[in-house]
Amino acid sequence: MAGTAIEIRDVTKRFLTPKGEVFTAIRDVTFAVEPGRFCAVVGPTGCGKSTTLSLVSGLDRPSEGSVWVGGKEVDGITDGVGFMFQADALLPWKTVLQNVALGLIFRKVAKKEAVERARDWIRRVGLAGFEDRYPHQLSGGMRKRVAMAAAWITEPRVLLMDEPFGALDVQTKAIMSNELMQLWEGSRPSVLFITHDLEEAIALADRVVVMTSSPGAVKQVFDIDIPRPRGSVQEIRFGSRFLELHHEIWATLRDEVERAYARTAGV
Amino acid sequence: MHSTNDGSSNGMLSGLEQASQSAGRLGGAQKALHDRIASGQQSMDERTHQASVAFRRRKLKVWGARLAIAVIIIGGWQLFTAMGWVDKFFYAQPSGIWNRLWDYFQNGTEFGSYPDQIKTTMQEALYGFLIGTGVGIVMGVALGLNRFLAEVLDPFIKVVNAIPRIVLGSIFIVAFGIGLTPKVLLAAVLVFFIVFFNAFQGVREVDRNVLNNAKVLGASRWHVIRHVIMPSAMTWILASLHSAFGFAIVGAVVGEVLGAQQGLGLLIKSAQGNFDPYGVFANMFVIAALVLIVEFVIERVERRLMAWRPKVQSEAVLV
Repeated sequence: MAGTAIEIRDVTKRFLTPKGEVFTAIRDVTFAVEPGRFCAVVGPTGCGKSTTLSLVSGLDRPSEGSVWVGGKEVDGITDGVGFMFQADALLPWKTVLQNVALGLIFRKVAKKEAVERARDWIRRVGLAGFEDRYPHQLSGGMRKRVAMAAAWITEPRVLLMDEPFGALDVQTKAIMSNELMQLWEGSRPSVLFITHDLEEAIALADRVVVMTSSPGAVKQVFDIDIPRPRGSVQEIRFGSRFLELHHEIWATLRDEVERAYARTAGV
Repeated sequence: MHSTNDGSSNGMLSGLEQASQSAGRLGGAQKALHDRIASGQQSMDERTHQASVAFRRRKLKVWGARLAIAVIIIGGWQLFTAMGWVDKFFYAQPSGIWNRLWDYFQNGTEFGSYPDQIKTTMQEALYGFLIGTGVGIVMGVALGLNRFLAEVLDPFIKVVNAIPRIVLGSIFIVAFGIGLTPKVLLAAVLVFFIVFFNAFQGVREVDRNVLNNAKVLGASRWHVIRHVIMPSAMTWILASLHSAFGFAIVGAVVGEVLGAQQGLGLLIKSAQGNFDPYGVFANMFVIAALVLIVEFVIERVERRLMAWRPKVQSEAVLV
């Protein structure tokens, strides 16, 4: 167990559909993330990527197999884990400051200290001056920054990200990715990053896990040996090693994407 | 609304300033460009001005139309009864209703001074409103959080909800006499169901993402209720309070009609017994005015508590 931050062992997750049928979201998934490593999971829609994350966070329990975080089996909400959701998950009735401080307040940090640290994080994600705004008064990119600060403020050892920048426009996404890299290289938590964007996965990650669809299973794991620091996300993708890796992984991923597409289009 | 307008025009102006700076760097046809920009800026100010004039004009029109409708209704009523096309013995007459109100305030009523009657009814309605709201929120949230309890109690709630609850007033009068209590209870029962169903639904409609986010951030059960579920349910609860006070007044007045020693409902009942439509209408309008005043206060409170909610789209579009 020592030496891994996240370990997923032979995990299967089934759901009961409202019609009473059993639906297998992921089957026999096994992979691990080492401490301080950035692992991206790519796959077509409906391959159980989000299910995997909710199992690691403890929001859901596996039907079979086990999930281990920091050497402990996950049972209930995992401690020391930060989560960035795909959709907006900020509390709309709380200001930016209150949202960012939330994780500390829940951990019973004294209010004054919580506010101070929240202000510091708001400054770090470039939102100084917006402390008293409500989420609806911010743009999509700004809300993501708030979510990022809220997830990082508790200094998690493990960070789970579920297509965090999926809803952003291309430019904002690139800026956010660069900022994420800077933060990550500062404190180096282990990251499990889910995306359907292969370029994003290769640019950010040390390791890319390709999943098959319905039921989700690990198809192949690729190590990304582009040296760090890699510099701006927009430029990495013109490097020759990046192109090679992209070519190689895409060949694997394409079958899955096409199969998933044929299934939904064929019905 | 004005701020939205100013904000967008400011954005455009700063864009123009940037454009003028880069124009400066370009040299060349600088002067011509500057002139164009200056005139563009002027027309921008003009457009902002025009928009705010149009907005004010529109508002004036709306109020004018409202006034016209009020004049037509009240004036028509007065005219029709004065001409004898409608019998004022049954339908009264605005001027007579006004005189009756004047008389109420000047000389009091057969049950004591008029402000005392208003006070009695308002007291019953407010107590009923507070009790009904409090119990409604507690029960609604409790059942919303407890699936088992909700399922067990569901048929009972449906049955009680199907009962014409006004009839409960008769029972309360028999049980508690003709004092304050039965009216407060009737008002509270009417208010309870509205608030209860909304609180229950509000708890159920909590956004899953927000809920999961709070859980992953380390929220305890109590934290989740306090920081996520209650604020979310509050949107629904506050919306229900608008109609809730109207129901509280209905409860109080009906309670008074069924049996009382004071209050606007009693005055209405007495006017009815004397074939006096003026008394009925006069009290009716007073009650309507009271409800409007309280609803205005509730709306103010709601707006304060709901400051985090985005403004309604139509407000911005009007500009």
